[in-house]
Amino acid sequence: MLEARGLVKEFGGLRAVAGMDFTLRRGELRCLIGPNGAGKSTFFKLLAAVLKPTAGTIRFKGLDLPRLQPHEVARAGIGIKFQVPRVYEQLSVADNLWLAANFRHGRAAGAAVERALAEIRLGERRDARVAHLSHGDRQWVEIGMVLAAEPELILLDEPTAGMTHAEARRTADLVREINRRATVVVVEHDMDFVRQLAATVTVLHRGAVLAEGSMDEIRDNATVRDIYLGKRPHARG
Amino acid sequence: MRAEPAVWTTGAVVLGGLPFLLSLFQVVQLTVFMAFCLLALSLDLIWGVAGILSFGQAAFFGVGGYAYGVVGINSGSTTLGLAGAVASAAVLAALLGYFTFYGRVGAMYFAVITLTVTLILHQVMGSTAGPRYAIGAARLGGYNGMTNIPSLALELPGRTPSVLEPVPLFYVVGGLLLVVLGLGRALVRSSFGRVLRAIREDEGRTELLGYDVRWRKLLTFVISGGIAGLAGGLFAGWGNFINPQVFSLSQSALVVIWVMVGGRGTLYGAIAGALVVQWLTNYLGAASVTYTSVLLGVALVVIVLIFPGGLVPAVGRGLGWLVERPRRALAVLP
Amino acid sequence: MDLAVVTAFGIVYAIATLVLLALGLAVIFGMMGVINLAQGEFLMLGAYTVLLATAHGLGVWVGIALAPLCVGIVGLLVERAIIRFLYGRMLDTMLATWGLSLALVGIVTLVFGPTTEGVATPLGFFTMGRYSVSYYNVFVVGVTLAALAVTYGLFNFTRAGLVARATMQNAGMVAGLGVNPAWVYMGTFAYGAALAGLGGAIMAPLTGVVPTLGLAFIAKIFITVIVGGPVILLGTTTAGSVLGFVESVVSYASTPIYGQVAMLAFAIVLLRLLPQGISGFWRRGV
Repeated sequence: MLEARGLVKEFGGLRAVAGMDFTLRRGELRCLIGPNGAGKSTFFKLLAAVLKPTAGTIRFKGLDLPRLQPHEVARAGIGIKFQVPRVYEQLSVADNLWLAANFRHGRAAGAAVERALAEIRLGERRDARVAHLSHGDRQWVEIGMVLAAEPELILLDEPTAGMTHAEARRTADLVREINRRATVVVVEHDMDFVRQLAATVTVLHRGAVLAEGSMDEIRDNATVRDIYLGKRPHARG
Repeated sequence: MRAEPAVWTTGAVVLGGLPFLLSLFQVVQLTVFMAFCLLALSLDLIWGVAGILSFGQAAFFGVGGYAYGVVGINSGSTTLGLAGAVASAAVLAALLGYFTFYGRVGAMYFAVITLTVTLILHQVMGSTAGPRYAIGAARLGGYNGMTNIPSLALELPGRTPSVLEPVPLFYVVGGLLLVVLGLGRALVRSSFGRVLRAIREDEGRTELLGYDVRWRKLLTFVISGGIAGLAGGLFAGWGNFINPQVFSLSQSALVVIWVMVGGRGTLYGAIAGALVVQWLTNYLGAASVTYTSVLLGVALVVIVLIFPGGLVPAVGRGLGWLVERPRRALAVLP
Repeated sequence: MDLAVVTAFGIVYAIATLVLLALGLAVIFGMMGVINLAQGEFLMLGAYTVLLATAHGLGVWVGIALAPLCVGIVGLLVERAIIRFLYGRMLDTMLATWGLSLALVGIVTLVFGPTTEGVATPLGFFTMGRYSVSYYNVFVVGVTLAALAVTYGLFNFTRAGLVARATMQNAGMVAGLGVNPAWVYMGTFAYGAALAGLGGAIMAPLTGVVPTLGLAFIAKIFITVIVGGPVILLGTTTAGSVLGFVESVVSYASTPIYGQVAMLAFAIVLLRLLPQGISGFWRRGV
């Protein structure tokens, strides 16, 4: 479904992504991990077409992704949730969701909004202004916006940042649930969360893919352990 | 606001009754004020609702006025003149909008470009003195402007046109204002309007949600330009003249002041702002044009610093507070 | 031959005037990101300083020397009273300074009256073949070069300049190092105002002194600064050269009005092609 070949991204003298190959099959649930500076955020932004690659190609459903205008990316079926929640502060929760749903559903947006509200469990706060919500709730609103648009590929950048253990567990359940309808790529730091997702893991290091496989395979990989996981089995990234 | 149709009906009734309460002079004055209200409304649509500051509404107003004059003088039909006013302003807006929105020019540069266009028109139209600067039978007139512009006339098929007297003219302008207001409010409350407000809040986010913001901004800008052009045509038809003053910096500033005073985004605010400022200007302008200039300048500074949400809404909140306190005090009583 | 030299000088002079008048706004916009639409009125106040100086028998040169000081003080007051509440709100600053501009024009009209006063141009002429060139015009070009040099030196070679540049990049850090950013903002804005005062004072004998002096120039200098982009000196000089060249050539070919129109139109096209201004893709600097 999504294929990146020889992807390179340079910022002046810095090679944030140095020749990455990445393949994603429809319906997969993939986790992207790596130490700080590994190029996770940059790669994520390349997938989201927020950045254009210096070299290499990214194809999504056969489309040349870097060539698309920002609104065409969503149109193509990619839903993105960035690390810092970017929501409409001055609008209500319901309005935020409506905007996301309206694009995809038009008149049927109302039903999609209700579904999303139920999934993020903010039904009673539907008319609250987002500016008045806590950070965690704002993350939920943005997740709701992604869901309401019903994309085929969902990109999540550190969705559990700032969440408690309980909230993170709930998020893991939600992500697995979403994976039934959409392909999902998650960039994460929190190893517990990654373990709960039980997905294929791609490890990045210095802008390239270091290893790929299930969580157990990765944990058994000596190179990965030395570079990233360290000697302590539950080390957080 | 579910009560809106009630508001419009009340407005229509008030409009109908006003000529009986006011002197003829006041009716004539109020007519041109209402043309200004239309102009203010046009800015509120593009700025208050869509969040795009345009210093160019005066340009569309002026172009509309000149177009009305040219078409009216040459064709003899003032209805055609009004159509020409709307069309020419809309075309200018379309060109400017396409150039800037599809070029992804930033908000500040867009404001600068609209201001520059207005200034260019000011210079150009001011230098058109002399008989060779004419379109058909209509002389552009340089700094003195175009005169002999026909008054608005009622033109029904099969009958001879009859020039509108002050009171019927008042009804026509007022009626147009109400219609445009009604359509404008409908637009604001539609899904298109909701997306516009999202664009105002966070354009980038709206794009990421999948909306092509460019054509939406362009369409809104064209509609706003057309409304300003209509206002310009009505102005020219009311006063029988138009001159390059309409393109001046102070005229551009005035439109912004109207909307800032009345509060952005509601459309009603723009109308209130225009009426308040113009009435005050007239009241004080009897004293001196310069004093008015100073007061307007100070007012603009004060409003930006203290009432960024608009003067009328702030006053409204203040009045509401005044009413609430005694009411709450009374509610405590058994 | 003489005609070529005189014409070339005429173009250089036109560019120099534009750069000199725009420099103050360039400093304010480039360093602080503030669009000061009252800058034209700072020019005007500089011109009136010269008028007052000559009226009181102090002479043109004293007036020109005093103008930056007087207008700098006015700039200081404006920054404290209005600008400092609006940092980061670029469009609101435009609106507020617009209001200030209207008010200043009105106040000066009330105090001095609306008519244009003249100030005699000093220094006389020298001849080149059949053409005469005013020494004062040469003086104007000289002042422009000096102002550019002083500004460059001030921001790049003095400690105050370094502090100013640092504040513009990260006010919080500078505060952490013990410098109050408020002083930097005040100082920079006052410097920009002083430059405008100087420019207006220099131009006073050439344009005449009238309350609406600023309105005649604000569009040109505004456009020059915006087209120039964020790198102050290089951007403004380049933009001033390009736009000044367009304006003077078209003015020679037809009328001054079409010259201005051509310049404004060309500026719009440049803005469309280079959305960040001419120097936009260079690193922020002076």
